[in-house]
Amino acid sequence: MPPGPDNSADATKSGRNQGNGGTMDTALIEMRGLTKYFGGFCAVRDVSFSVARGEVVGFLGPNGAGKSTTMKMLAGFMTPSSGSASIEGHDVLRDGLAARRALGYLPEGAPAYGEMSVEAFLEFVARIRRVGPDAVRRALALTSLDSVRLQPIETLSKGFKRRVGLAQALLHDPATLVMDEPTDGLDPNQKFEVRALIRAMAPRKAILISTHLLEEVEAICTRAVVIARGVIVADCTPAELAARHPSGRLDDVFRALTEAEAA
Amino acid sequence: MRNMLIIARRELGAYFATPVAVVFIVIFLVLQSVLTFNMGGFFDRDQADLIPFFSFLPWVLLLLVPAITMRLWAEERRGGTIELLLTLPVRVWEAVVGKFIAAWCFCAIALVLTFPMVITVNFLGHPDNGMIVAGYLGALLVAGSFLSVGAAMSATTRNQVIAFVAAVALCLLFAVMSYPLVTEFLSQRVPVLAEVARGLSVNERYLGFTRGVIALPDIVFFASFMLFWLVANTLILQARKAD
Ligand SMILES: Nc1ncnc2c1ncn2[C@@H]1O[C@H](COP(=O)(O)OP(=O)(O)OP(=O)(O)O)[C@@H](O)[C@H]1O
Ligand SMILES: [Mg+2]
Repeated sequence: MPPGPDNSADATKSGRNQGNGGTMDTALIEMRGLTKYFGGFCAVRDVSFSVARGEVVGFLGPNGAGKSTTMKMLAGFMTPSSGSASIEGHDVLRDGLAARRALGYLPEGAPAYGEMSVEAFLEFVARIRRVGPDAVRRALALTSLDSVRLQPIETLSKGFKRRVGLAQALLHDPATLVMDEPTDGLDPNQKFEVRALIRAMAPRKAILISTHLLEEVEAICTRAVVIARGVIVADCTPAELAARHPSGRLDDVFRALTEAEAA
Repeated sequence: MRNMLIIARRELGAYFATPVAVVFIVIFLVLQSVLTFNMGGFFDRDQADLIPFFSFLPWVLLLLVPAITMRLWAEERRGGTIELLLTLPVRVWEAVVGKFIAAWCFCAIALVLTFPMVITVNFLGHPDNGMIVAGYLGALLVAGSFLSVGAAMSATTRNQVIAFVAAVALCLLFAVMSYPLVTEFLSQRVPVLAEVARGLSVNERYLGFTRGVIALPDIVFFASFMLFWLVANTLILQARKAD
């Protein structure tokens, strides 16, 4: 895709935030009015935003805000009560298989088959995704898992398990990545590594990550979407977000936004 | 189609990655031998056949097959791996059939390991080996039927105990449907249902195989029975995979 100026199609939604470079094109992730009810409880209400190639969008919000629920709908695991979403133009409901083929997804908690070795697990995913052993080697190297590749996943430490989940999501080098708390449980060095990895991939991909670490948003995100009680309360660049509070600190803004909503 | 086999292969590997497989097979073999030799009076009958062996088999399967299937989906739910599996580019039915095939292969392995019985009767006399082969085919079909029921029950819950109990109860129902207890009760009230019950009974269909008769209607019955439960399994998962 040629690098170009703001695309007219999504200029209304995310155009104002695209100040970080010239590699944008149309949105690879699109959500239109996503809503999810659990019984009478509305976990996600009318969520609409999109993520274009070159963007790293940080999805923020307090516990129970609806981040994971939104991501599960994007991955085709949960069915929205209303609204729709698409991955690289494939509707996640009507064309779910194509959407899932395109998407790299790290579920919350990075689930994996514990009895399998790291390598066997990645080989299983690679077979399903129709990519070869090269892809497994590449993913192992990207996530520094080479040293434990023959170890059963259930015997790994939490941080290594998380990295197995990351490796699985990156296996087919997807253009679209949705990752639920990718750096949760990683040590500072590994956090640094994973952030460097995300930053390096960013120009070629559309990336949506959820996180509770506000410094992570400042470090790698080109945009921040804040959700509280299922409703989006902010969608702008981290700098713009920080400027909303006199102190200029993201945690102050985060607290003000999410507590005001909860009150 | 290919995904189905990839999933089946992973599942089968998972059985043997833990001691569960060995424990299961040992229990199956011990239980089956004890029943055949002690209660079935294998030697006292002075007959070179496997009739006692085959007559106990469905009851042993009734208990042990739900023990295999209870973890099938319940464990994936509990561990969250169901989210991983179903957000890969696979169709739900491919995952359902893949798991079913793996479990069925596992049962087949357990059945094959009873081969010393066959050797024994051949050593002691001149059994009708065609009848024995038919018996094994019938047993495999009964195992597949119970598996398909158990897998569907496992998809309804994240609790393995509930999955086990529900599977045993339903399998028992389909096992005894042709028994006088059920049919007499029904024929006094709704005679049509008595016929239906006899037709739907897994054990009734199995009986023919143990006598060495491989009848097409019975094969069709088992195939449709399994298909029905696999479809049910797929629908249950589609409707509530994230619950
Ligand atoms: N399967 C479910 N059934 C009922 N309620 C659910 C279900 N899944 C999530 N919820 C509820 O939906 C709300 C949003 O949950 P979600 O997991 O999306 O939050 P989150 O933003 O990811 O939180 P966290 O930061 O703790 O991960 C919560 O109140 C949760 O209890
Ligand atoms: Mg979450």
